[in-house]
Amino acid sequence: MPSDGGGVTVHGSLQCPYYVHAALKRGLAMDDRQARVVQAETGGGFGGKEEYPSVISLHAALLAGKAGRAVRMIYDRHEDLAATTKRHPAIVRHRTGVTRDGRLVAQEIEIVMDGGAYCTLTPVVLSRGAIHSGGPYRCPNVRIRARATRTNTPPNGAFRGFGAPQTEFAAETHLNRIAEALELSPLEIRRRNVYHVGDTTPTGQVLRSSVAGEEVLERAAEAAEFERLRARHDAARVLRAGSGTIPGSPLRTERDRVASGIGLALAWHGAGFTGSGEVHLASVASIELTGDGRIDILVAATEIGQGTRTIFPQLVADALDVPFEAVDIAPQDTAYVPDSGPTVASRTAMVVGGLLIQAAGRLRAEVEGTTGGTFAATYREYARERGPLRIDQRFEPYPGVGFDDATYRGDAYPAFGWAACVASVDVDLDTGEVHVRDVLAVDDIGKVIHPVLAEGQVEGGTLQAVGYATIEEIKLRDGRYLNDRLATYIIPTSLDAPRITTILVEAPFDGVPHGAKGVGELPMDVGAPAVVAAIAAATGIWINDLPASPERILAALANVPAAAPLRPGASEPAPAAGSAAAGAGR
Amino acid sequence: MTVYRFTVNAVPVEVAVPGMRRLLDVLREELALTGTKEGCGEGECGACTVLLDGAPVVSCLVPICQVEGTAISTVEGLAPDATTLDDLQTAFLETGGAQCGICTPGMLMAARAYLDAGGGPDDDAIREAIAGNLCRCTGYTKIIEAIARAASGARTAAGGTSR
Repeated sequence: MPSDGGGVTVHGSLQCPYYVHAALKRGLAMDDRQARVVQAETGGGFGGKEEYPSVISLHAALLAGKAGRAVRMIYDRHEDLAATTKRHPAIVRHRTGVTRDGRLVAQEIEIVMDGGAYCTLTPVVLSRGAIHSGGPYRCPNVRIRARATRTNTPPNGAFRGFGAPQTEFAAETHLNRIAEALELSPLEIRRRNVYHVGDTTPTGQVLRSSVAGEEVLERAAEAAEFERLRARHDAARVLRAGSGTIPGSPLRTERDRVASGIGLALAWHGAGFTGSGEVHLASVASIELTGDGRIDILVAATEIGQGTRTIFPQLVADALDVPFEAVDIAPQDTAYVPDSGPTVASRTAMVVGGLLIQAAGRLRAEVEGTTGGTFAATYREYARERGPLRIDQRFEPYPGVGFDDATYRGDAYPAFGWAACVASVDVDLDTGEVHVRDVLAVDDIGKVIHPVLAEGQVEGGTLQAVGYATIEEIKLRDGRYLNDRLATYIIPTSLDAPRITTILVEAPFDGVPHGAKGVGELPMDVGAPAVVAAIAAATGIWINDLPASPERILAALANVPAAAPLRPGASEPAPAAGSAAAGAGR
Repeated sequence: MTVYRFTVNAVPVEVAVPGMRRLLDVLREELALTGTKEGCGEGECGACTVLLDGAPVVSCLVPICQVEGTAISTVEGLAPDATTLDDLQTAFLETGGAQCGICTPGMLMAARAYLDAGGGPDDDAIREAIAGNLCRCTGYTKIIEAIARAASGARTAAGGTSR
């Protein structure tokens, strides 16, 4: 809606109020006060509202300016799917040198990501994807080449995991193939290579603390009885191989229509912005003790279902030693709150939460230093006598953490989260359908602030990963999406969802007072490789091209080349490009 | 325009709108009951689920002419009064069954219909009952837990039937 002085106020469903604020200022030549952005709560994010709200807000603002009155702009689901960003399709190739006993000695990784027709966040998605592409494994010689291409599709952008799910799927699946060739178990090869404290990553980052890859791996394997079940499924598969009595289906016997398997995956996920991103953001989070004795949190971090509005008051109440109910959180309105950065990159609990605890510490010290009593007992009196007090806490680089953008060397992330996942699947040998029965997820998130909300993040991320692994696929023709509605773009229902068991592990990050790392994206990295490994354990076939759809599974089972997926924007099926899917297309 | 008469949460209403106007729009626009959400507009996601004479329907696919003379229940009518929540709402709150909130109103109404039909805490039965309601946030785990909890509570309290 237009406001006095030639300004505009935008209310919208968005993740990053200050991204939209910057877009309005730049696009409409407005100053800080003329542009005002308010997040309208309700609705999730997952990256889809990281960037596109800037475009939509500009359109709405232009219309409001022209009309001279408030306008409302709504993309229905079809328009939303047709126009807004998707996960970057990626082709990842690995060549790995490995000793006879399964130790990685060299990795050569080549990544190509499809950015679509307009460049949005592609460079940073590519960067995160590349840094994570070796997987959570030590290797003395690593070469990673990553590039992005421009194609004729709608732009690709941020989606939960931000490049890492694509590259870590490749890394994990490749490692499983190596294990197979060496006749090592998937658990054992990971044990021999997983990062420990003191190891160095491909950017030269020495992992000094909060390294829990081994712990999540061992706990997942133990809780899921991975080795015992794997041996059982292997025996069943070997027994059945070649005994198929149904033409074209080597595994399908009169007795067994369903093959079961179990798969394991391990991942790491850098918490917060990549490289010097957090330094450039220079986020500010504030706490105000108001004149009437209320405690207000002022941040631009949005509530998008992940629990910001619950955990922030929790952290601040804890730091001030006051009841949870005594702390309020102001609306995410750029007229009132400082720029605490975007609500992305699994950074909110760690980075913004850390700033708030520091701000609370300063507020407490100031009040207690003045009144001589405890904060809880004296803050109302302090406010009454001295008026409001606001503490602005600006981000300072974490001690000992640095990254050089020019050479791409240093600490790519202040800390990593670590996740292991064990998936159990049934594959229907007649239809090629995969039913993911159970998933055990073990995630190290530094410090658990709110167990129910943290589990909710892991469960939701796990199901999104299961969808990514098995059914979710956006198809293209001539640069347009073919399935741009919920009737045709299928996501998992309650009947598709596995039973998910979550184990939370705490290896605190010592750069922030509360030790928390990120949780939002981490579970998205492990689900797909675990499911695909389980399909391989059940059937002996490896699906390299996600999703592991019934068509791809049946084709692989029958040893017939799968229909080539339409390459971005291709009007004719592309020739097989050395990726897994080859052969005649439609 | 024809005038259509029906009840919403036991309150009689009448609206003068074109007969093909979606029940979803009448609820949100004419009646200002914005608890009911639009997720997809084509009956796939269940976010706009309300009860029509006790049966769950997707209000984006129901033209208002079919609503004449019926009783509609929406999420606004679940809580008995301003300070008390419905058992299901309490269970969703306690178990973490709601995250971003878009699917929640429809999920609650589908679950209410399930419990009202005598549904119990059985996991498979609950999954079946909410299979038409998509959720992108939770992985369904805590939603199912919440409905099971409400079902157990209802059975204990009323000896086998919910309210």
